[in-house]
Amino acid sequence: MSVAAPKVRLRDLRRSFVLHGRTFEALDGVSLDITAGEFLAIVGPSGCGKTTMLRIVAGLDTQTHGTIEVVRAQPASRPVNSMVFQQESIFPWMTVRDNAAFGLKARGIGKRQRYAMVQPILERAGLAGFENALPYQLSGGMKQRVALARAFANDPEILLMDEPFAALDEQTKLILQGELLRIWEASGKTVLYVTHSIDEAITLADRVLVMSARPGRVKEIIDIAGIFSRPRDVAIVKSNPSYGELFARIWGELRNEVAAGANTIEQAA
Amino acid sequence: MTSRGANVVVNRLISVATPLLLLAAWEVAARTHAIDTRFFSSPTRIFAQFWLMLSDGELLYHTMATVTRILIGFFIGTTVGIVLGLAIGLIPTVSAALQPLVDATFPIPKVGLLPLVIILFGIGEASKYAIIAISVVYLVIINTAAGVRQIERIYLDVGRNYHASRLMMFTDVALPGALPSIVTGMKVSMGVSLIVIVTAESLAAKSGIGYLIWTSWQVFEVEKMYVGLFVTAILGFAASLLLDFTERRLIPWKRS
Repeated sequence: MSVAAPKVRLRDLRRSFVLHGRTFEALDGVSLDITAGEFLAIVGPSGCGKTTMLRIVAGLDTQTHGTIEVVRAQPASRPVNSMVFQQESIFPWMTVRDNAAFGLKARGIGKRQRYAMVQPILERAGLAGFENALPYQLSGGMKQRVALARAFANDPEILLMDEPFAALDEQTKLILQGELLRIWEASGKTVLYVTHSIDEAITLADRVLVMSARPGRVKEIIDIAGIFSRPRDVAIVKSNPSYGELFARIWGELRNEVAAGANTIEQAA
Repeated sequence: MTSRGANVVVNRLISVATPLLLLAAWEVAARTHAIDTRFFSSPTRIFAQFWLMLSDGELLYHTMATVTRILIGFFIGTTVGIVLGLAIGLIPTVSAALQPLVDATFPIPKVGLLPLVIILFGIGEASKYAIIAISVVYLVIINTAAGVRQIERIYLDVGRNYHASRLMMFTDVALPGALPSIVTGMKVSMGVSLIVIVTAESLAAKSGIGYLIWTSWQVFEVEKMYVGLFVTAILGFAASLLLDFTERRLIPWKRS
């Protein structure tokens, strides 16, 4: 995997915001190569620009400086990326099936065909029998399954995930992490996964990118793939002695940054 | 549990009994000549008149005239209002062009425009449709545009990230997202439609409930006037039931 060609190249990515006449740097020159098929977790203190970075890659925000280069799969018929959001993002007025098929509809695929295409994904996401339910009839965990199904059904080259399980309770989170691994391992997609949870980063990722406090920079990249092979089992990873060492190492990198981030926030306030 | 259930039943009974008691008091007051029956009539005489007008078709004739005007005017007003409201809410250029105009002319009481509407649309039915459509369109535009602006950003982000076309942003995101607010606008404007049409009919029409109320008063047939008022109340009530039903069908995800 280490010799594989980069899928995404970020070069000197910067983003500044103007707030009350003052300029804030959210991202301060992030350069990074993400390998095709890699699962990269991004951790960092609050306000370090990790979500901003993801939104820029998603095309929902624009960098003030720097470049993003994506090496497209050939033929380039699939969408480049699809995002799974932290907040509840499935449309309350659409059934589970229509929500999951939203990306396919946007690509102009007819109703019968897109319904046929999402059915196996809904089943794999544990949503069989709920195809015609409306989101208000679902639990928080089920709603996030629909959001995952929508992203996978769109079959993008890159999946962008912004703390998709942050709002869920611990047990639901464990189950969905396991399911995400299972679905993703079969798909071979490149994943950028923003999280504030060190545990989640170790459990899911091939590499963990630790970002510095604002302005966000690449502080450290920690290899996980060399320690935990695929396919992975969430429970086995957590019970492995290396898990504790990795946790301590990432927290060591992060601790000072979290403290620094808290200070800058106080200064800014 | 039982006492709460009993309370619900008691409250229901009170809700039914109160208007019946008031009607009874009115009847007693009329029969004992405590009130002047030339002006205030009595429930039984009004009901007799209601029955008479129902059987000879007069009531149906006026009611249908009013209902037809409201339905046509309301349909035109809401259709135009939803399209303009969506455009104002979604497209900054359209908003820049229309929002100030809407804000500036909205406070004008629409009945005040009746002379102008008659000059433009004539004395016939077209002017009735127009005055209702004008009254409705403002409320629907304002509620639709507000509804679009209140759509949570996340839904627009999803639309953009999944490359929804402009048309799909309209039909799959903005319209359903604004629907609760649109229906609120329709409910308010239905009430306004009734006020406006009854006023317009009493000023410039030869049919309709408003015409019935006003001419009955002028020729001193007060029972007919009360029948007209009664029918107006029924129409308003029926319209709100219909709109509540429509709301539940259109917005099943919005649980009350």
